[in-house]
Amino acid sequence: MHHLTPLSGIVGGALIGLAASMLMLLTGRIAGISGIFGGLLQPGAGDRGWRIAFVVGLLAAPLLASLSGTPLPAPAMPASLIVIVIAGLLVGFGSRMGGGCTSGHGVCGIARLSARSIVATAIFMAAAIATVAVVRHGIGG
Amino acid sequence: MPLVFVSFACGLVFGIGLLISGMTDTGKVLGFLDIFGAWDATLAFVMAGAVAVTGLGFALARRRGTPVLAAESLWPTRRDVDAPLVMGATLFGIGWGLVGLCPGPALVNLAGLGLPVIVFVVAMAVGMLGYDAWSARRSPMRQIEKA
Repeated sequence: MHHLTPLSGIVGGALIGLAASMLMLLTGRIAGISGIFGGLLQPGAGDRGWRIAFVVGLLAAPLLASLSGTPLPAPAMPASLIVIVIAGLLVGFGSRMGGGCTSGHGVCGIARLSARSIVATAIFMAAAIATVAVVRHGIGG
Repeated sequence: MPLVFVSFACGLVFGIGLLISGMTDTGKVLGFLDIFGAWDATLAFVMAGAVAVTGLGFALARRRGTPVLAAESLWPTRRDVDAPLVMGATLFGIGWGLVGLCPGPALVNLAGLGLPVIVFVVAMAVGMLGYDAWSARRSPMRQIEKA
């Protein structure tokens, strides 16, 4: 069903990199989504403005794309809401505990050659691969 | 407010990048993580493109020193690999592997207003707040600093 799409992968990846670069060059901030979104949830946070603006930008992307005829995203999700809730809790808790997610560690951290981020990325990739192996193939389960 | 406008523009470009790359498509993400099935290597190209451009941009930012619209660059300063990093990355990876959504693509997908995605994002926010509350209780010093 899903095929290798290297060109759109590189172009999309380059745009992600462009956004992360511009955010640092212009505002001095790291484009880590769990950090930006998590900081927004902090009760006493004083720097909400730029965080809200970034998240609104993320939400505006598919709306802009829909103007050019691309349907709004409707990703395939597990049938079980319990699985979705558990996954969401793990992604939220884990990204705050580990100090970053795919963008903060996986893109920005690796681009800085940060040992912390390289280790974190290797671990969450391995954990995600192992999870898919168990869920889809029952390996080790 | 140029800072807010720039942040919005960066979020918009970031989101378009996620959409074009296929990162918002849970099937494609899980296809990348499924190395024992019909492996889809696309995400490796996404990572390569993103890291290459970010590396270039960050080198420019370091050479410039101070950012254009702010007093200082907030580069991460920590270098140690500690237990919370390892534990947190493990839990995050399990959650990512269960559904195929990480925080950025989850927020972009929110625009489709599908109930499962809304449930995921709410659970993600609860998980984030849960960790913050838990870590504040574990280290009272940090709580005092915050208060």
